[in-house]
Amino acid sequence: MVKIALVSCGTEYSGVQKEIEKAALTFGAEIVLPEIDLDYIEEACAKFGFSAQSSSLKLMIARAMSIVEGKSKADAVFIATCFRCAEGALVRNAVRKFIQDNTRIPVVTYSFTERTKADELFIRMEALATTVTRRSILAREKQEGLTLGIDSGSTTTKVVAMENNKVIGTGWTETKDIMESVFIGVDEAFEGTGYTIDDVDGIGTTGYGRINIGKQLNAELIQEELSVNAKGAVYLAGHQKGEATVLDIGGMDNKVITVNDGIPDNFTMGGICAGASGRFLDMTSRRLDVTIDQLGPLALQGNYRNALLNSYCIVFGIQDLVTTLAAGGSKADAAAAACHSVAEQVYEQQLQEIDLREPLIQVGGTSLISGLVEAVSEMLGGIDVIVPEYSQHIGAVGAALLVSGMGHRQDK
Amino acid sequence: MVEIAIYPPNSLILADLIERKGHTPLALQKQIRQKVKDPEIDSPPMNITEDDPIKGLKYAAIEVPSGVRGRMSIIGPLIDAAEAAIIVDGAPFGFGCVGCARTNELSTFLLRDKDIPTLEVTYPTNKDETYQMVNEINDFLDSLDELVKSDEDFKDEAPVSEKEDLEFVEKELEED
Repeated sequence: MVKIALVSCGTEYSGVQKEIEKAALTFGAEIVLPEIDLDYIEEACAKFGFSAQSSSLKLMIARAMSIVEGKSKADAVFIATCFRCAEGALVRNAVRKFIQDNTRIPVVTYSFTERTKADELFIRMEALATTVTRRSILAREKQEGLTLGIDSGSTTTKVVAMENNKVIGTGWTETKDIMESVFIGVDEAFEGTGYTIDDVDGIGTTGYGRINIGKQLNAELIQEELSVNAKGAVYLAGHQKGEATVLDIGGMDNKVITVNDGIPDNFTMGGICAGASGRFLDMTSRRLDVTIDQLGPLALQGNYRNALLNSYCIVFGIQDLVTTLAAGGSKADAAAAACHSVAEQVYEQQLQEIDLREPLIQVGGTSLISGLVEAVSEMLGGIDVIVPEYSQHIGAVGAALLVSGMGHRQDK
Repeated sequence: MVEIAIYPPNSLILADLIERKGHTPLALQKQIRQKVKDPEIDSPPMNITEDDPIKGLKYAAIEVPSGVRGRMSIIGPLIDAAEAAIIVDGAPFGFGCVGCARTNELSTFLLRDKDIPTLEVTYPTNKDETYQMVNEINDFLDSLDELVKSDEDFKDEAPVSEKEDLEFVEKELEED
């Protein structure tokens, strides 16, 4: 069983301990608490150099120190503090960096409220467990045979058919009824190829609907999107060796994943404020009366400084947009400001939490919004951002690649 | 017998000193024990659920972290019930702690704000200071009997009716 060390200031007082344990158990992992002596706490805090007032945060520092010093054994670390606690946030980030700088143990951070439920933590726990237990799968660099990858996202369902290391067909449809959307996507992907779903060697599923779809289609691989997207990104960008950062600004949550030799070693996920989501850009394009495809080029024509859009909240973000337009602002400036606002928030909330490694590979549907890609590049000091071919199908490509070699349907 | 809130609320030493003097310590352990023994809930390790931080809204607003509100859902009722309080400042976590500095700040403020007899002492750093602290606590506990007794005496006095007031004034005037 994978041992995930819980380094926290007191999940039990928020009533979320059970949810964290449930999430870990779902993916074959168990939550362990690094054991330490009372005397070790002061010693560890003195070494660490952070004078926390809260003794639970001192305990948290000592637990992190015991992992780094090898006094406690852990395969992965889950760092969690209360949402809205300033001292907790400071310690959470300091501890995360400390563990990452001194070990190769995968780490994920989370700020919880009393409403945090196990299913919100599934993707993080599954990704931690996968990084530890399924390295052999993640090491795959070449697709073989005929495989199908399905990414059932919050907004759209993507399907990719691959054969002999090439994408031979893609499908893309809005996510409505889960299975119906899958079959529409499958039909699109196989169109003109001469194949049907019965011809494939294996099926891989990812995204929000992965478990349900995977069960119904007897998929050989059901995998969270952090590992799958990271793999798909480095595969398509031709960066399977060395380091890279993968950025996926999704419909409902954002992922930033650092990768080393094709294997994710750290990631952060957004998902608290919708002002930094693809959905905000979707709503922006509707308000500006342009298609989502037109939003990017329109943003490139505008100047974000001429419009003030920087709300964390999707509703107030749209309110800012309406105010800007009502005051006579141009659509192009508003589109540029919307892209800048999303990029700025992703930078503030997530890219700060991770040691950015070049190249930055931007994927997901929003990577097709050229104005957003430029805003991200500008936010990071003008670094090159790679948007690989099929970037909008990244999860489906990753699933089709990873399931390769696992399925033997045609042998039966 | 007086119900006394203590801070840190799980200090065994403070609870013991109070019990020796015949008073009741409002200690965290009893509250936790009640929760842990509750057969209806199964949320290890302390049976605190999502509902508890919501109950904590009585003491702290929604923008306060859930951990503070969860702690206050247990400590808050103890503060509400307190007739007196003993606060030890600067205690190390071995003496007792709730783990959260923000909870400490709010709890001690609520105790100070409650207008009840309160003793505040600083955690000792040597043997002499330790004797002094224990003596101060014992003196305070002894004084509580007097305070409570005088309160009860005051309560026992029958309220003087308006009619009696008038009769008294009339009598005084007649004598004049």
